Amino acid sequence: MTDLQSQDFIRISASTTTPPAARNHEVEVAKLIDVSRCIGCKACQAACMEWNNLRGDVGTFQGSYTNPADLGPHTWTLMRFTEHENATGDLEWLIRKDGCMHCADPGCLEACPAPGAIVQYANGIVDFVSQNCIGCGYCVKGCPFNIPRISAADSKSYKCTLCSDRVSVGMEPACVKACPTGAILFGSKTDMRSWAGERVEDLKGRGFEKAGLYDPPGVGGTHVMYVLPHADTPSIYAGLPGNPAISVFVDVWKGVLKPLALAGLAVTAVAGFLHWVITGTNEVEENDDRSAADFIKNHEGVAK
Amino acid sequence: MKYPEGTLVRNTRAARVNHWITATCFVLLMVSGLSMFHPMLFWLSGLFGGGQWTRTIHPWIGIVLALSYAGLIVQFWRDNFWNRDDIRWLRSIVEVVVNDEAKVPEVGRFNAGQKFVFWTMALLVPALLATGLVIWQSYFGEATTIETQRAAELVHSWAAATAIMIWIIHVYAAIWVRGSVRAMTRGYVTPGWAWRHHRKWFRDLVTTGSTGPRPRG
Repeated sequence: MTDLQSQDFIRISASTTTPPAARNHEVEVAKLIDVSRCIGCKACQAACMEWNNLRGDVGTFQGSYTNPADLGPHTWTLMRFTEHENATGDLEWLIRKDGCMHCADPGCLEACPAPGAIVQYANGIVDFVSQNCIGCGYCVKGCPFNIPRISAADSKSYKCTLCSDRVSVGMEPACVKACPTGAILFGSKTDMRSWAGERVEDLKGRGFEKAGLYDPPGVGGTHVMYVLPHADTPSIYAGLPGNPAISVFVDVWKGVLKPLALAGLAVTAVAGFLHWVITGTNEVEENDDRSAADFIKNHEGVAK
Repeated sequence: MKYPEGTLVRNTRAARVNHWITATCFVLLMVSGLSMFHPMLFWLSGLFGGGQWTRTIHPWIGIVLALSYAGLIVQFWRDNFWNRDDIRWLRSIVEVVVNDEAKVPEVGRFNAGQKFVFWTMALLVPALLATGLVIWQSYFGEATTIETQRAAELVHSWAAATAIMIWIIHVYAAIWVRGSVRAMTRGYVTPGWAWRHHRKWFRDLVTTGSTGPRPRG
């Protein structure tokens, strides 16, 4: 759906030039997932499949309400269920809607080698443009949240689009529309942050002293945020990373090695050319031929 | 096929075929690899039928190169052992570079520069193969952790860039030292060439009555 918004990219993968940015006053959007209000009904998961026309293969029961067992090319959002025993020995059923976080500094986009396969709109949505995807899996390595999945059928990478097609025409994402409890909200990032502030206050008033908003600064903030009752330990929510950031391996690979290696190759080639210009070729001279012939003559008669 | 009268065999038929299989693979890998490494070079993927084809074909060419280079190791390792001549040769590297070859100590079949190319590639090729398998998404995408793949990606890129720099030196040296290209295309060199560049090798061949590439006995 990228052609609808082709003038408001703020980042394009594998591009060294400035992307079209004429529409420069887009409001940054955000999806707010209030974990404390989620009842685990999976209406969001169903709505995502329906709107995006995704039908994965029917799997097998894995002993958990998390179904299917993992994100996949046909599962762009997934309710992850965790049975957590808290400090007082009580059971808490933690349910987190997993999917792309739409980072402000997207690791997938930094790692992607295919021009225009990953784009970031001015409103903050990070989108995959399948026709440009080459299926290398670099986005998987770039992502700090383990979100993109490569399809074995077509070797393209897939993930949540934040319903960029719906958002571009003024609608909310399908999961937001389907949520019956208001646990998923969508709006400007500013509004979502301020509403989250109220929710966090409310939760603190009800005994969740560590309640907080999950908008991790290590990736520049995200355009999908969580209200977590236990924001001090995000990892209890099915392994949500505490301080996500693009891996240092990816940073060195793309930030240091990429320009340095190219410069190194150019310098080596130019050095070779200059040597040829300055010193010239090394050619066999007449006296080499003569010395060789003399040597052979002196050793004639050696067994052949 | 017969070599011209009075010339010395520098590389056998098997060695030449093996070398050119490796060389073809290397160039294809370099072009396809660079297209996936830097955005400014992504257009090179067009030579392989687009990004998807480049990504598909690159690892398979890599497998062929690794096997082919193993063949080169088998054929050349004996003449690439490091010895004292190499240290003496390296001390005269300035004379080598300015073509003042009369002042350079005599060397055997390969000089220290050629040995450097041989051994660094003998290290880099297995490293590229191992890390390449780790990041081969279609078959091994699930075989290792993502963190391992990130490290492998970095090592693969670094090793490839290093290998390409060594390859540039290798190719340039072949152009620079006249007669070297023919040694690998047609397989032979003149006695004068052998005398000038690899005098110890030349002496060993002549005194044992061998026409190359290795002395008799």
